[in-house]
Amino acid sequence: MKFLLVEDNRALADAVASRMRLDGHVIDHAEKLEDASAFVATGDYDLILLDIMLPDGDGRTFLERHRASDLDTPVIVLTARSQVSDRIGSLDLGADDYITKPFDHAELEARCRAVLRRKSGNAKTTIERGGIVFDPVAGHLSVGGVGVTLRNRELRLLEVFLNAPGQVFSKQKLADRLFSYDDDVSENAIEVYIGRLRKHLEGSELSITTLRGLGYRLDHAG
Amino acid sequence: MQDNPKVSGSLRKRLVLTLIGGAALLAFLLFLAVRNFAVQVAQQGQDNILFASASSMLDAASLRDGVVEVDLPYSAFAMLTTPADDRVFYAIYEDGTFLSGYDDLPFFGSLDDDRPRYRTAQMRGATVRQISAHRTLIGANRRINLQIVLAQTQDALSETLDRIFRTAALLGVSFFALAAAMSLWVTSSTMGQLNRLTTSVTRRGPQDLSPFRNPVPQEMAPLVKSLNSLMGRLDHSLSQSEDFIAEAAHRVRTPLATVRSYAEATLQRVDKEENREAMRSMIKAIDESSRTAGQLLDHAMITFRADQMERREFDLVELLRELVLQLAPIAEMKDLALNLHGAPSVPYAGDPILIQNAVRNLIDNAMKYGPAESAVDITVTAGPPVRITVCDEGPGFPADEIDRLTTRFARGQNAEGKVGSGLGLTIAQDVAGAHGGSIELSNREEGGACVTLLL
Repeated sequence: MKFLLVEDNRALADAVASRMRLDGHVIDHAEKLEDASAFVATGDYDLILLDIMLPDGDGRTFLERHRASDLDTPVIVLTARSQVSDRIGSLDLGADDYITKPFDHAELEARCRAVLRRKSGNAKTTIERGGIVFDPVAGHLSVGGVGVTLRNRELRLLEVFLNAPGQVFSKQKLADRLFSYDDDVSENAIEVYIGRLRKHLEGSELSITTLRGLGYRLDHAG
Repeated sequence: MQDNPKVSGSLRKRLVLTLIGGAALLAFLLFLAVRNFAVQVAQQGQDNILFASASSMLDAASLRDGVVEVDLPYSAFAMLTTPADDRVFYAIYEDGTFLSGYDDLPFFGSLDDDRPRYRTAQMRGATVRQISAHRTLIGANRRINLQIVLAQTQDALSETLDRIFRTAALLGVSFFALAAAMSLWVTSSTMGQLNRLTTSVTRRGPQDLSPFRNPVPQEMAPLVKSLNSLMGRLDHSLSQSEDFIAEAAHRVRTPLATVRSYAEATLQRVDKEENREAMRSMIKAIDESSRTAGQLLDHAMITFRADQMERREFDLVELLRELVLQLAPIAEMKDLALNLHGAPSVPYAGDPILIQNAVRNLIDNAMKYGPAESAVDITVTAGPPVRITVCDEGPGFPADEIDRLTTRFARGQNAEGKVGSGLGLTIAQDVAGAHGGSIELSNREEGGACVTLLL
């Protein structure tokens, strides 16, 4: 998916961008409102991540202009303000959602997914591979014409594998992607989700292979 | 806290008393002045008549062949006739020897000059006004001094004076009544200006710190000016503290966000397990500090808002539905279901931002302690008191700590390993308190913790 990140703090922007590229997304970075407008005019983005306090103005004026134009690219506002004061203000101005800094990357991902799901039709992101049709936004997986809606953690697990086919993931690495850092996750939990995903993938050419002592890998038979 | 001002005296009373007291004093002085003047004028009138009468008697006297002849003219007595039939006495002396009249009427004048002498004295049981006058008669070979004393009772005079006194008294009383009425009117219209100012200050909402613009009398302008300047300073310092909290949040959160994002990105790249463990601890520590910082600032903002709370009508169910929608993506990460139960609409008057923040803290807690793929139940029932209950399917509150958990920074024994500041329940309690309510902690029979916000 293609994102536009409007954020004046370069370090934060770099960190967020590199984390998102890891998930296989394309991300452009604008430091000013002026650049952001130029990017929006030329690029076709699935989603805009917008900081509120920018050097050349308030992100909210950008929001207003953006809403006034014909573009309906969804916008998620990144705010560092107190929860109590201006969360509601940015929603009123037409942001689709907001997230408070500092944020859990998984939460950002979850919010992006929720916003894209609400605005479905905008993003056609189905992945077809090895006999499956997977829509990560809707969380829908169909194998041989039989559809199933995945739970959030199953869906994220499948995404991780589909983004890096053939790569081996240790249980710990998967746990870090799936759970928030304050959850005390036993390695059993990962096995449970792997087990469920295997069941969902039955009948396709895709399978998850256990490599004893190393972890798991998605294999494409055929 | 509202401190009642120390009251010392009353402007209205002081003004009324001063004005009415002044009026009474003035009325009395007016009465005295009129009375004295009237007495003087009346006395003068009687004296003039007595003088004219005495003069005509003396004029009628003559010295013929060395013998004094006094032919008392009728007119001398006629002019002394009064409506009250005052009595008239006279005595005539020749060089100090009694000639005629009443001998108990002695001469009291002076022979050194020609001026007549007057006095008021008692005579035969009545107050009389007396005149003594004399005239030197010169004959061919003799000169004698003829002295005359004339006295008249004062019945007519006192009747006249009585009438004048009554009129003067009536005048004084009317003057007093009029002045008193005017002083009351002046007082109440002056006080009215003050009262109007008081009313318009009292009627303002707690958030209204704009300057006072209605026209006021010149004397009150300095008061209004200092009032306006006070409100200006208050407004400034209030908005400054609000801005400060927002700015502080921004300053703290942005660098934390940077560190966290870097740490997360790095964690995905490194393979060595001990490095990964270090990164995880780092992220956990960042979460801990950012959550604490955030909640401290929220707590400050909430205390600030609660202090000057402005209630407004809104639908609690609507508010909760919005909140659930906002939190849904976070719940989804753990495959939690957020279920909202209860009445379709619960109208309530309060501060929606405060209540939303309190319930958000309760739901955050429930999502944190509830196991994956469980449900968080939010129930709202109309009151009074309105009850908002948030229940999870987690381990529940430790029974022996349930009373302690709402104190600031207190955390349950079983909270180990969870990121938290211990301020969530404090915030909820403060918000409930600001709305005149409280919070209740309990455990479900089937397992799980419940927190009820009573408003």
